[in-house]
Amino acid sequence: MSTQTLSPTIESLVERCDRFIEEPGFAPAVAWKNAAPNRAAIGCFPVYTPAEVFYASGVLPVGLAGGGNRMEIAHADSRFQSFICSIIKSTLEQGMTGLLDDLDGVVFHSICDPARNLASVYSRNFPNTPVEYIHFPQNFEAEEAPRYLRDEYERVALFAAELSGRSMTTEDLRAAIRIYNRVRDTIRRLYALRRDSPHLLRTRELYPLVRVGHLLPPEEHAELLADALHAAATREGRERDRIRVVLTGSFCEQPPLDLIAAIEDAGCYLVDDDFLIGRRWFTGDVPENTGDPLLALAEAYLDASLPSPVKHDMRVSPARLLVERARSHRADAVIVLCAKFCEPSLFAYPTYRKTLQEAGIPHLFLEFEEKMWMFDRIKGEIETFVESLLFD
Amino acid sequence: MTETHYQGKLHHLQKELMSEYYAALTASANGSGVPAAYLLIGGNPVELLRAFDILPVFPEVNALQLAVRKQSLPFIQSAEFMGYSSDNCAYVKADIGMYFGGRQTPFATIPEPSLLLCNYVGCNVYLDWFGHLAEFTGQSAFQLDIPFIRTASGKPSKEDIAYVLRQLHHLIGRCEEITGRKLDEEKLREAVRLSSLTGDLWAKIKHLTKRTPAPYDAYFDSVTMMAPLYCLRGTPQGLEFFETAYAELLAKAEAGVGPLEKERFRYVIEGPPPWPHLRAFRDMFSRWDAVAVASTYSTVGGLWEFGFTHDPDHPLESIARHLLEWNLTNRNFLQRYEQIERYLEEWNANALIIHSVKSCRLFSAGQGDMREYFTKRGVPTLLVESDLEDPRYFSEAQMRNRIDAFFESIAHRPTREGVTA
Repeated sequence: MSTQTLSPTIESLVERCDRFIEEPGFAPAVAWKNAAPNRAAIGCFPVYTPAEVFYASGVLPVGLAGGGNRMEIAHADSRFQSFICSIIKSTLEQGMTGLLDDLDGVVFHSICDPARNLASVYSRNFPNTPVEYIHFPQNFEAEEAPRYLRDEYERVALFAAELSGRSMTTEDLRAAIRIYNRVRDTIRRLYALRRDSPHLLRTRELYPLVRVGHLLPPEEHAELLADALHAAATREGRERDRIRVVLTGSFCEQPPLDLIAAIEDAGCYLVDDDFLIGRRWFTGDVPENTGDPLLALAEAYLDASLPSPVKHDMRVSPARLLVERARSHRADAVIVLCAKFCEPSLFAYPTYRKTLQEAGIPHLFLEFEEKMWMFDRIKGEIETFVESLLFD
Repeated sequence: MTETHYQGKLHHLQKELMSEYYAALTASANGSGVPAAYLLIGGNPVELLRAFDILPVFPEVNALQLAVRKQSLPFIQSAEFMGYSSDNCAYVKADIGMYFGGRQTPFATIPEPSLLLCNYVGCNVYLDWFGHLAEFTGQSAFQLDIPFIRTASGKPSKEDIAYVLRQLHHLIGRCEEITGRKLDEEKLREAVRLSSLTGDLWAKIKHLTKRTPAPYDAYFDSVTMMAPLYCLRGTPQGLEFFETAYAELLAKAEAGVGPLEKERFRYVIEGPPPWPHLRAFRDMFSRWDAVAVASTYSTVGGLWEFGFTHDPDHPLESIARHLLEWNLTNRNFLQRYEQIERYLEEWNANALIIHSVKSCRLFSAGQGDMREYFTKRGVPTLLVESDLEDPRYFSEAQMRNRIDAFFESIAHRPTREGVTA
């Protein structure tokens, strides 16, 4: 039997990922926990979490990605008002309906005010669930910021050790950085492949390949991604008459898979996006063999991470970075796809708009909610936009 | 119904001092040579600016002044025209609209900033706001990063304190560059000493509403005192204001005089006021003889009533502690529940009003949970929604109906002391 026949196809890999994503609960994490003693799993609210610190401590970081469009929010909307984004409510709803019972704790981050308050509300409603909150530094110019963040990670490691009953060693942390580097490097390669040959890997395919990393142990995810990279690189396809688009704004609450497909079907090649950006986060590998790997992780956060509206690095203009990204990806246009009521992404838009207009790059602003399930109207808007560019 | 009058001597002094403050802002805008720093209310480190004679400008105060004068909407709309969402904080939109409107307001011409001091004290919108101001003004912002209270102790860690102190030293360096002068440590100590005395008086004023009747309304009258607390703290004028205010309010307390003829309900109120409709909102409570005896909003800039005081012998350390721990905005949401519980108990209140504003998610996100928590504890609790800046989100008839129904319902139920109100 030849190797080629054994290699999984993109279609089969995506189908597998879709199944994982659609299944409620965290079966892979439970299996991982049960396979050895001193293991635990923690739910990580978006956008970025220092996965290595948890994993090195025997805690599998599981990504929380909201409730999708199959969850009815029946309890949590009495706790958070109508003008709060959906993922805040759907995460609380998951807790209230027992869907997070397989997890041993939850971690939130300093990304926005509702997420900040959710950390408190969650811990009040679930007093037996350990809740952690990470304050990421927002002063990127301060020479003391890496030290501060390193100390913050050390505090998080103590929390993780309480969950698993096992403290990490420096070597554990180095090993965790190595495996997560491998995952991120493969994702970066897949992103590069899609940028260069978007007809070989649709975003509706790439997205679940990345998203499944929310659920799987990193070793398993790394293997799956390597298979996907091989399959995509050896795939055959033909370019279609579509516009090349950089999509931004969907870094926290996630659009339904069908919305991603609808955007592509409306005539777009999505050549870059910020979906699930926390799974890639860094621009390159985090140094693996330093004397203080916690400090290496902290420095990478401050100096070698991707732009995001939840980071306020005043050394750079996020709008100008978006223009550069559009140009380096040879994009014809930008779609700003914001989650309804998401303050960080909505606040990013006015400066994006001004700078994109000045740069002569067409853009389309759209809003979505994770729970939406009708896409005709939004698809129509995108088709009109695409046509205006194709037949300009 | 006759209109209620709320004005006292301190209101007039407040107007006079704030007029002087705004005149100084206008003079700076017109080239007086006094540099201006934009900074935010949350735990504001205004003492450091005093040491350099830098004029503090609070965009939040400017925005609310626009709203009170019913001038905010055109600025909000011009920001929305630039791409700001109807769901973004309207303080930011009013400020950005005003900035691009030539910085002209009915009360002052706002100067261009020599320093954009983003004291990131809990509110994530602060970061976007000052990031945009940096982008629009071409100035770089100084991000003073204040780690949020996130441990079970409810206190900052020693690492947090050290981190903030080191940043304050950098901020001093930036102020030295702007003014061309070295830090005068004696001047800093003096500003901190004045703040310490001011804060102590403010704490005493806050405790006066434990008396029955409360000598003033701890929401609608406290907000009158908040502008001098931020814009004038650390100056002799600021201290003079609070000496006058304390004397006047103490005399009222001693005389058993309150803001209303009769005090029937004592409530705690959570959340910022609806500035564009402040008077209408106040009257909705007055008609029920209801007085706010404590408010969380009046602690966004500092929590002096729970024991904080600036320390002139350790000026930077006390500024750091003020930023980190002794203000509402950097404390977590459950600490706010504790704060409200203390008010309910120690200020002897019999109801909780939650004014949920769309603009400020720091305040409002999760207030449904807060309502659930206090309702289950037997505290009559009402949650009403509007906005702090955008006049379009205030439905007067609906608001009045809900407040009427609330007080109607608690008028006939036993209070915590077992007597009918």
